[in-house]
Amino acid sequence: MTRLPLEGIRICDFTWVWAGPYATMLLSMMGAEVIKIESSRRPDQIRTAATGADGVAGLNRSASFNSLNCAKKSCTLDLTKPKGVELAKELIKISDVVTENFSTGVMERFGLSYEELKKLKPDIIAYSSSIPGRIGPKNYYTGYAVESHSLSGAASITGRPGGPPIHIGAAYGDLITGSHGALAILAALHHRDQTGEGQFIDMSMTEAVAVTIPEAIMDYTMNGRVRGRRANKDDFMAPHGCYPCRGEDKWVAIAISNEQEWRAFCRAIGKPEWTKDEMFADGYRRWANQEELDKLVGSWTKDYTHYEVMEILQRAGVPAGPSVNVEELVNDRHLKQRHFFIETDHSEVGKRTMLDLPWKFGSLSDREYRAGPCLGEHNDYVFGELLGLSKEEIARLVEEEVIK
Amino acid sequence: MEKGALSNLKVVELGHLIAGPYCAKLLADLGAEVIKVEEPGVGDEARRREPFLHDEAHPEKSGFFLNLNTNKLGVTLNLKSKTGKEIFLKLLKEADILVENNPPSVMEKWGLQYESLKEINPRLIMTSITPFGQSGPYRDYKATELISFHMGGIGFSTPGVVDNAAEEPPLRAGGQLAGFMAGIAGAVATMCAVFYRKATGLGEHVDVSTQEAVSSFMRSVATEYLYTKQLYGRARGSRPYMGFGGILPCKDGYVNLSPSQDHHWDGLVQLMGNPEWTKDERFKDRDSRRQHGEEIRAHLEEWTKGQNKVELAEAAQRLGFPGAPIYTMDEALNAEHLLARGFLAEIDHPEAGKIRYPGAPFKMLETPWRVIRSAPLLGQHNEEVYCRRLGYSKEKLVKLRESGVI
Repeated sequence: MTRLPLEGIRICDFTWVWAGPYATMLLSMMGAEVIKIESSRRPDQIRTAATGADGVAGLNRSASFNSLNCAKKSCTLDLTKPKGVELAKELIKISDVVTENFSTGVMERFGLSYEELKKLKPDIIAYSSSIPGRIGPKNYYTGYAVESHSLSGAASITGRPGGPPIHIGAAYGDLITGSHGALAILAALHHRDQTGEGQFIDMSMTEAVAVTIPEAIMDYTMNGRVRGRRANKDDFMAPHGCYPCRGEDKWVAIAISNEQEWRAFCRAIGKPEWTKDEMFADGYRRWANQEELDKLVGSWTKDYTHYEVMEILQRAGVPAGPSVNVEELVNDRHLKQRHFFIETDHSEVGKRTMLDLPWKFGSLSDREYRAGPCLGEHNDYVFGELLGLSKEEIARLVEEEVIK
Repeated sequence: MEKGALSNLKVVELGHLIAGPYCAKLLADLGAEVIKVEEPGVGDEARRREPFLHDEAHPEKSGFFLNLNTNKLGVTLNLKSKTGKEIFLKLLKEADILVENNPPSVMEKWGLQYESLKEINPRLIMTSITPFGQSGPYRDYKATELISFHMGGIGFSTPGVVDNAAEEPPLRAGGQLAGFMAGIAGAVATMCAVFYRKATGLGEHVDVSTQEAVSSFMRSVATEYLYTKQLYGRARGSRPYMGFGGILPCKDGYVNLSPSQDHHWDGLVQLMGNPEWTKDERFKDRDSRRQHGEEIRAHLEEWTKGQNKVELAEAAQRLGFPGAPIYTMDEALNAEHLLARGFLAEIDHPEAGKIRYPGAPFKMLETPWRVIRSAPLLGQHNEEVYCRRLGYSKEKLVKLRESGVI
């Protein structure tokens, strides 16, 4: 089996919930050794899902946790005990990166401020992720993806005109933060390779979302315009939206951006009379009359399934695709053929299908996929093998509830 | 002067619109040298997209283009001409990374598949970002932002629960998020390939699919479905229990409250001034509150309607649970905290002048985000790149321009 890109990198990982773990999972699935520092006293929120695998709840049975922590190891430590912090420090000494997404001040309270980390390892890379970032007057704010959508302005531009702001689905803020976080960590590691210098990375979830809505930002900074909500509509494209298809709650997305695509669309749907109407004669008129146009497009799409519409229009060179629910997503024939769905074997819940990462390259094609860890699954490895403690010492620390 | 974290990397970008250019921008903003290659006379399609400075459509005044192409050198090159292609290959010979987001069939037409480029430079990392990847039944399908967002599953989950599914279609989010999701995936993947090459000396063809980049964000939801095979509809009442937090109306707009953990309930009750209704049996513990989430929400809304969003969020935060005002764009960009962090960066551009742009996606203390140059004018660095680096004479440059190669 060929080498994974990030082999040899060790990450001491204090992150929990979604944003932090997604960043470290992008790295663990690429071969970095990511060791989660967990605690039975305060297990990760997402380990405590209401239902677990096969309808049985349990700290190791959460789909959400298992999906965001693939290929990581887990050890347990009580960081409220001095000996717990001491052991964490021993692990940090032999790690390249420390990651966390606690509220501001928590790491300091554990005695693990960046200054302390540098004393342990001068070239340490410390990654810290939070809603507001560590610097600034509101650095005490906490939150989830939805707070980042709120503070960045993203929620205000999402939804229907005349309707309330809504949140972006799939906890966008968490995963866009994690994605950028992985990049920051890799860039810092690259810099360290060149110069020997580590550093502190301050990741604000609000800013990670904001950089992905630059159109709205620049319309304000250049033109003083405050953008509102516009559902599925576009600045100039029409037809552009989701159209109803055969079946219950089935929709297809269609986006036509030029004269060529419009003509191809008309041919593909059999050139009904309405396509020859003056109202739709050019791009501007189609956009100005899109309410009427949408009803007419919908009168055609309603007789087909959303996948049928995709096939008919794509064959004609027109961008179209179904708005898929989660069942359709995991059964999509293209994603399946690309092996986007992979299998992991978890110590407690066994063989489960999981999503791969959204990139492929040659040397990755024969790799094994490792599942997420049970709570404390790697205590013997971390404390025995990595930190050199004897079996007796470990047993004593378990009894003292330091390893817990 | 401080160097960027990636200052020893050389990138060539053959990108347009968002995915390729954003991937290359991330590398450029981190200090890599990026040469952006555009078609002579035409340039990146992004130059023709809104928002424009003062609403004036001009290829050097598109805010959309200007933001996506900071810190890059810009050259023009006609890849359909034999000489143009030769020059491109010369650029690639010296490069570490090629970032491109052209349809696979177009790269084939230009003779720029990875297999050929590998011959010129075995260490080359070629990152290709396309709507559906380099393989599979949808490989040559066309997609825009709208298509990618919906085919990746986030569209269907964006309006969340709706009252009338037939009247309320699934929605894209504001902005063009799919392109950015693909771009950041490309940047992370590219850096993984850089690390692989450090160990092995070998380049790679990195294949990024926008559909997969978007689907990845559905990771947790998809895995829950795979674990339970439980599929919920969008209609209200189709899920067993509802949270009661979320977006709530205020006197002056909206607020988001997330009292999602058990211990947040006490803070919320205190925030509302201990009203009688919270003492009801139905709301006594976490499970019963989950069952009666809709009722709690109705009470909560009644109360928030009389509050100011910024004050309410602040009070929630002080009481230990998450809250945030739903800022409009002007409010977001004038917020005390964002301004204190210096998130917006003023950049001067020869045609567009001084404009404030979104700045760093994260703060790296030793290698901070910096702007060395604004987005390039079309062909701005032809002389610098072709003459000073590749050694063409100025006379040759004139000939290349006249024959439409550059």
